[in-house]
Amino acid sequence: MEQQINNHLIESLLREQFADAVIQVEESYGMLDITVQRDKIIEILQWLRDHSVLQFNFLTSMNGMHFPEVKNKELSMVYHLHSFFTNARIRLHVFFPISDPHVPTATGLWNTANWMEREAFDFFGIRFTGHPDLRRILNVEDMLYHPLLKQYPLEDGTRTDKEDKYFGR
Amino acid sequence: MAKQENIVNGVVQTEEELKQYNYLNLGPTHPATHGIFQNILKLDGEIIVDAQPTIGYIHRAFEKLAEHRPYYQVTPITDRLNYCSSPINNIGWHMTVEKLIKAEMPKRVDYMRVIIMELARIADHIICNSVIAVDTGALTGFLYVFQWREKIYEIYELICGTRLTTNIGRIGGFERDFSDDVWRRIEEFVNEFPKALKEFESMVMRNRIFMDRTIKVGPITAEKALNYGFTGPNLRAAGVDYDVRVMNPYCSYQDFDFIIPIGSNGDTYDRFCVREEEMWQSLHIIKQAMQKMPAGDYKADVPEFYLPPKEDVYNSMEGLIWHFKIVMGEVHVPKGQVYHSVEGGNGELGFYLVSDGGRQPYRLHFRRPCFIYYQAYPEMIKGAMLSDAIITMSSMNVIAGELDA
Repeated sequence: MEQQINNHLIESLLREQFADAVIQVEESYGMLDITVQRDKIIEILQWLRDHSVLQFNFLTSMNGMHFPEVKNKELSMVYHLHSFFTNARIRLHVFFPISDPHVPTATGLWNTANWMEREAFDFFGIRFTGHPDLRRILNVEDMLYHPLLKQYPLEDGTRTDKEDKYFGR
Repeated sequence: MAKQENIVNGVVQTEEELKQYNYLNLGPTHPATHGIFQNILKLDGEIIVDAQPTIGYIHRAFEKLAEHRPYYQVTPITDRLNYCSSPINNIGWHMTVEKLIKAEMPKRVDYMRVIIMELARIADHIICNSVIAVDTGALTGFLYVFQWREKIYEIYELICGTRLTTNIGRIGGFERDFSDDVWRRIEEFVNEFPKALKEFESMVMRNRIFMDRTIKVGPITAEKALNYGFTGPNLRAAGVDYDVRVMNPYCSYQDFDFIIPIGSNGDTYDRFCVREEEMWQSLHIIKQAMQKMPAGDYKADVPEFYLPPKEDVYNSMEGLIWHFKIVMGEVHVPKGQVYHSVEGGNGELGFYLVSDGGRQPYRLHFRRPCFIYYQAYPEMIKGAMLSDAIITMSSMNVIAGELDA
């Protein structure tokens, strides 16, 4: 008999398996938001992918986040998983300090992760340990900063030919 | 004196390797690649041994820009992702915000959106499929179906005033109801396009030259396609019937009867056929939507996000207040994070929106299907001829705007 998949079941199965690694579970707009420990993320992703009931076989997207006000949790990675078998979706979060921006790579589980991790590195400076080819992807290679971090203004901060007084600022 | 090293692609090459292989810089602006893509190809004669794609030539920092614009001003940014089917991106973004603010749309808005999105899908697939034909040397079909893309653009123009980057609709519905002229033109299109599409198909689909050039070219298996995050027609060509419209119905897609075409080999010919059949299905959906079009309003009742009509702004106090509040960004936006995805021209187009209650998104991430599946390109063309690499790229429908954001 097929088991009915709902957020409650996903949460209880995950808590059963990874009691220490699951930090927080919330639900927003029907999707589970699960915060897990950074060093367990790959193990959890693999377990979710290979689980006989949950079968989260598809990595929909990955992206970085920056929260400059939250001490020691400035950066985060967000993983969206989708199961084509049960049509369930979940979102995983890992938080870590900006002074130690290292996350294990998910390229061993999904090839998709390759460019998405390069994008997160490019824009947030998150280092993925074990990534085969961690280079910038969308920005120029000799760029000196990671532009999606909140401290950088919208316009290029290194430009000197634009004076604020001419633009009413 | 130090020995001079031979470096290609940042990799030191031995003398033997340099003698054995040729390196060809395909792009960034090559007329055959339909956009700005660079691939450094390692060639053994005419056989591709390896490819190294470089992307980002038209990166416009959309995710950074979106963090500095109020919600309604993000719509024109989404236009420029997949600019072959901008209305799908626009409406996908509107629906993401509507999900965040928990706004319910009237049925009529849903049906009108379905018509626009399916027209956009037809326009997108017309370009992709006719360009595959061009790359095999058949220019006639391309020029022939492009007249019909023009007719779709005329419909957009009558609805919202623009053609390519449409900025169509608003958060909460449409800016105005479709005029009689729009309905007449949509009906005309639905009635007359099948004849042209049929002719295009009979010219290309069973054409021996076309079949020889596309069958078993650039194939990918279903497992690999899933591992590489393929979605949309490219995944369906590999034999997986994943379609966001059916799996997670949005915009009342559950009301319509249509099938998901799938292929079996995941090669260029299958991708072509899947897109061809999707155009027929889109026409079928538009017909149903026009038949079942419910009466009602063309906008939802969300005064805190939907700009009031100008008469109200000038003549009523409430209209003026809402106008001022929306433009100055004084409206209340709930805190939270929401993921919404729509079936774009190329696959699952996702919006991950994080709101901190401010007037702009705190963070907006676009799940761009092109960006994700283009990483499989080197693997798909390994062992193929140079001319097959071109045709594989056009059949994947990689759009530079969506690739580079």
